[in-house]
Amino acid sequence: MADFEPVLLANIHLPDSHTFDVYEGKGGYRALRKTMRELKPVDVIEMVKASGLRGRGGAGFPTGLKWTFLPKDHPGPVYFLLNADESEPGTFNNRILMEEDPHQILEGLILSCFATRATAAYIYLRYEYPLALERMQRAVDECYRARYLGANILGSGYSLDVTLHRGAAAYICGEETGLIESLEGKRAWPRIKPPFPAVEGVFRKPTVVNNVETAACVTQIMSRGSDWFKSIGVPPPADNPRDAGSYGPKLYCLSGHIERPGCYEAPLGITVRQLVDQYGGGVWRGRKAKAAIPGGISMGLLREDEFDCPLDFSGPGRYGCLGLGTAAVVILDETVSIMDYLYNSARFFAHERGGQCPPCREGTSWALKILERIRAGRGRLKDLDLLAEIAGSIGIIPGTTICGLADGAAWPMKNALSKFREECEETIKRTNPKGWMVTDPVPALEAGITVHELKAVH
Amino acid sequence: MTKSDRVLTAEMIAEIQALFPRYPLRQAVTLPALHVVNRHLRHVPLQAVVEIAELLQLAPAQVQDTLTFYGFFKQDAPHGRTRAWVCRSISCALRGGEEMLEYLCQKAGIPAGDTTPDGALTLEPAECLGACEHAPCMLAGDRLHKNLDRDAADQFLRSVRSNAVETGESVS
Ligand SMILES: Cc1cc2nc3c(=O)[nH]c(=O)nc-3n(C[C@H](O)[C@H](O)[C@H](O)COP(=O)(O)O)c2cc1C
Ligand code: SF4
Ligand code: FES
Repeated sequence: MADFEPVLLANIHLPDSHTFDVYEGKGGYRALRKTMRELKPVDVIEMVKASGLRGRGGAGFPTGLKWTFLPKDHPGPVYFLLNADESEPGTFNNRILMEEDPHQILEGLILSCFATRATAAYIYLRYEYPLALERMQRAVDECYRARYLGANILGSGYSLDVTLHRGAAAYICGEETGLIESLEGKRAWPRIKPPFPAVEGVFRKPTVVNNVETAACVTQIMSRGSDWFKSIGVPPPADNPRDAGSYGPKLYCLSGHIERPGCYEAPLGITVRQLVDQYGGGVWRGRKAKAAIPGGISMGLLREDEFDCPLDFSGPGRYGCLGLGTAAVVILDETVSIMDYLYNSARFFAHERGGQCPPCREGTSWALKILERIRAGRGRLKDLDLLAEIAGSIGIIPGTTICGLADGAAWPMKNALSKFREECEETIKRTNPKGWMVTDPVPALEAGITVHELKAVH
Repeated sequence: MTKSDRVLTAEMIAEIQALFPRYPLRQAVTLPALHVVNRHLRHVPLQAVVEIAELLQLAPAQVQDTLTFYGFFKQDAPHGRTRAWVCRSISCALRGGEEMLEYLCQKAGIPAGDTTPDGALTLEPAECLGACEHAPCMLAGDRLHKNLDRDAADQFLRSVRSNAVETGESVS
């Protein structure tokens, strides 16, 4: 790894790195000018396909392949949605790119739109990123002035308009069809697929949704070539030829109980331990780690003895986690109670779920109520079975819900209950010495009664 | 309804109409329009919903439906001149985010989600603000407060009270 050179973050420390002049001064937009002069859309698609790039937004779908799902000879328009809703707890790499190097994203966006023949692009930007909004807007304006956006870009005959669209503090707008509904002005209720967005997306037209970091990777692929991209990262595991591999550099977010929290660029496949030791400066305050979230809270939990898990697209799955997700690693030190972690996670999902699928709506609500009850010293061992039952029955994987938010709600419970079973049981026995063994049905916490009041009653 | 009871000013209407050419369907302007009104009024009263619906050629219920989905827009009363979002998600919670929210609420004398009686400050519990490397953090207006501790919280509350609001006049 010694010879690995960051490219996505190469310029973020330059003064005024977010401006057009600095970006162009560093060779930016050369790939765009060359593409407009010499290449056809299909050439771009082929290069992105050959690079092995997989989407950075969480699902890891091969980007070039996704683009080929657009119907051929569609009269148009085709829409391109840049997913800048970044709300997965632990994740902030899109923010850093947008704040410090917005032109790298825009170049990739324009190239991607050209490849997919999209004539209008919307950047769906989460509300809580005011500085990113300001800098992205400035970058868009600069591109219009430079004729990289608008009608007949650089005389190529290709035209593209880009609009920034601000979200309103709702995690579910990051799910691609929730994003589409939200953009259309409706509640962000994800759609049943198929039809996939490529066939019928926003405004009922063919639509591509890609993540901000994916767009930045497109810029790098078009300027350095697919072979360069594919020389970084890891090929598919030998026992799984259907895996598409994990190629290219990746922005890992490191936070929680770590000495040097931050966003670090490394080849796909770095292990949690390497990330913590080589980039993060170790666990904070010289403590020992207990666990790590491998890719945003939805992905579940790794125990400390699993820190050799490679953070590529298939690594976390082999360790029982949901997947690589956003590659946002959160370190939990030895003082953290797993029940507190579970409660935090359950509260997030109960608050953020859209609410249209009963298993998700009820499951996330009840999981939170059960965990509140445990926190109030009224837990029973049976509650762990109830949580496991909820975790096993909500999500796309068991086939009961429309979108993957519910799988993300399930995984922290699944992993905590299987990997930290003893601690979960011990916590309940310790905090409810008289009642932990009860198996009769008990009422949920009455609405309006706070944990404090309950503790007082108890 | 007389003209004077209307809440959208000519300025707001112009801002909203300027967005029309950006979208093939007017309904897509719903969220941007709600943001325009919220920026000016710090809430979106029902009458504004009716007027937005007129502009977008929608039923008021369609706009209201969207508004209520996002817990973001207050309807009954404006949020404070500064609206602060205090993160309680995992990375911040691990570094004392929940305690910071509790502390701010105590000092300000309001429960989370409420506005101080003088209308200066609304404190909101927030999910991950996407700034976890600065945990625990808070977004107040357009300003991100990083690595929040009690001293920083005290200072923030003083600045809000003295109305030398460091977050600028941006109250969104
Ligand atoms: C609940 C949920 C939230 C999501 N949030 C985001 C997000 O904030 N940003 C993002 O890029 N993708 C998010 N995704 C993934 C998107 O649905 C989609 O796969 C992605 O934007 C596609 O872009 P990519 O192929 O470039 O990764 C989310 C998915 C789910 C199920
Ligand atoms: S799974 Fe949950 S968040 Fe996803 S669509 Fe269904 S109710 Fe909404
Ligand atoms: S968890 Fe607080 S900013 Fe991400």
